[in-house]
Amino acid sequence: MKVSLARRLAAGVVVGDGGWGTMLAERGLPAGAPPELWTLQRPEILAEIARAYVDAGAELITTNTFGASPMRLSLHRLGDRFEEINRRGVEIVRAAVGDEVLVSASIGPTGRLLAPLGNADPAEVSRGFAEQARILVAAGADVLCIETMTDLEEATLAVRAARSISEEIAIIASMTFDITPRGPFTVMGVSVSQAAETLASAGATLVGSNCGAGVEEMRIVAKAFVEVATVPVAIQPNAGLPRRQDGVLVYPESPDRFAAAVAAMAATGVGLVGGCCGTTPAHIAALRRRIGR
Amino acid sequence: MSSLQELSEAVQRGDAAAASGATTALVGGDIGPADILNRALLPAMAVIGERFREREIFLPDVLLAARAMKAAMAVLEPLLLRDGVAKSGVVVLGTVRGDLHDIGKNLVSVMLQGAGYDVVDLGSDVDADAFIDAALDADAAVIGMSALLTTTMTEMAAVVRRIEERGLHDRLRTIVGGAPLSEAFAREIGADGFAPDATAAVERIRELVRR
Ligand code: B1M
Repeated sequence: MKVSLARRLAAGVVVGDGGWGTMLAERGLPAGAPPELWTLQRPEILAEIARAYVDAGAELITTNTFGASPMRLSLHRLGDRFEEINRRGVEIVRAAVGDEVLVSASIGPTGRLLAPLGNADPAEVSRGFAEQARILVAAGADVLCIETMTDLEEATLAVRAARSISEEIAIIASMTFDITPRGPFTVMGVSVSQAAETLASAGATLVGSNCGAGVEEMRIVAKAFVEVATVPVAIQPNAGLPRRQDGVLVYPESPDRFAAAVAAMAATGVGLVGGCCGTTPAHIAALRRRIGR
Repeated sequence: MSSLQELSEAVQRGDAAAASGATTALVGGDIGPADILNRALLPAMAVIGERFREREIFLPDVLLAARAMKAAMAVLEPLLLRDGVAKSGVVVLGTVRGDLHDIGKNLVSVMLQGAGYDVVDLGSDVDADAFIDAALDADAAVIGMSALLTTTMTEMAAVVRRIEERGLHDRLRTIVGGAPLSEAFAREIGADGFAPDATAAVERIRELVRR
């Protein structure tokens, strides 16, 4: 029987999955090609990655829909496949992992700046997120994961849109921070306390951070969230910033160092942990060993 | 009476109306338009770039400052032309193939236009031959490329190679920039220049054109 994310969080630390974009790149996704292309072209590879993460001990698997908002897809001239990319994105993971593992449907930023700073119409952005969330929920997602946001207004629009589609679904709202001399801020100037407060009151059931520069920086962000958040905290760092070595990309954090650092964050009160860019099933397996079942 | 100081502050505050007003007031006085540009506008944007790098200010502040600079330039540009301040040249700009990050490239574009260059902005996700063809079409001496991803910075090498293949390196110089790049990387791929920020990009391009 499926246990909801809320029940799991009440029982202890929840372990999610790791990176997807970098796993796809390793398997031959051409540099710069949108990962969503493989939902259409290589579903068997997505299924294989999902199963590898479950085998590593993940209880929650992310869908390949991060860039599948209507605006973002149209940047890649994939706008006409919007419905299919989102629906199939959920279906592929569900078929691969079965009913007991949670499917967390990813919703990423539009890639455009909202007016008046940029030219994206907030009402259109909001409609796009609602449409995406509607398809993801209808396809059977257990969780909506709004992630890698830097603009609090866009993140809030996404959370409200997602909440308007389902009153009960779990919503993770996660932003990406830089460490400045005055503490963590997103590139748009949002602080951790602003993010935690605004996103929870917009309807997020978890707030937190993903991506960023690596585990050292994320430790500072996680601490700030745990101090101020009124809902459970989700933390998914990447394996450091990639470096080019002899023509290939290398992420600096080894599975062990990653797992040690993230398990330490879990010990200080983070509810959901996982990885972002550059983390692999090996990173999640190492994390699961440290956290236990 | 408006001062260069007030104009610089208006740009740094991102107040487009004040920047445009201060420029209008200044051009009636005895400071020439080139001086207004070089002593108020460009230094103001250099301060903005530096404060953003230190994260004392954030992206919205930078974008608003760039907008204020543009508003001031709209007043200044006809006067610069009238004074026969020579156009500095044509630069083709774009973000390389596979990369959609265009905010940094847009700042470089604003600064170059401020410094008197005609900019042909190809947008993002630009293919090697598109850079080269646009440069030939516009008779540009410099191709400027931006990349923000470790996975797309190698595209820059492809553009440099393509320029060689087409036998155009004596005509077309390249400059590269973007957060994950370094001087060493630029040298490794054979680019002619690298700039860590938009102000430096203007200086490096000036050197490239002079050569
Ligand atoms: C010609 O000569 C020159 C000379 C100087 C030049 C120059 C050219 N170009 C730039 N310069 C220099 O002058 C400028 C002014 O001083 C400077 O420009 P910069 O561009 O460096 O600086 C700008 C003024 C401000 N900086 C920025 O605009 C980038 C900000 C961050 C937050 C960022 C944004 C906004 C976005 N992103 Co992206 N994004 C991040 C960035 C993280 C961060 N906090 O920096 C970064 C760059 N992104 C990243 C990633 C991974 C991605 N992003 C992606 C998407 C996006 C958005 C679309 C959502 C959005 C872009 C919107 C847009 N229209 O540009 C994806 C890729 C999409 C694609 N194919 O391009 C995606 C792959 C995420 C995903 N999983 O889908 C990371 C790159 C890691 C790496 N090193 O490879 C990243 C560092 C975030 C992170 N911490 O992981 C200088 O570098």
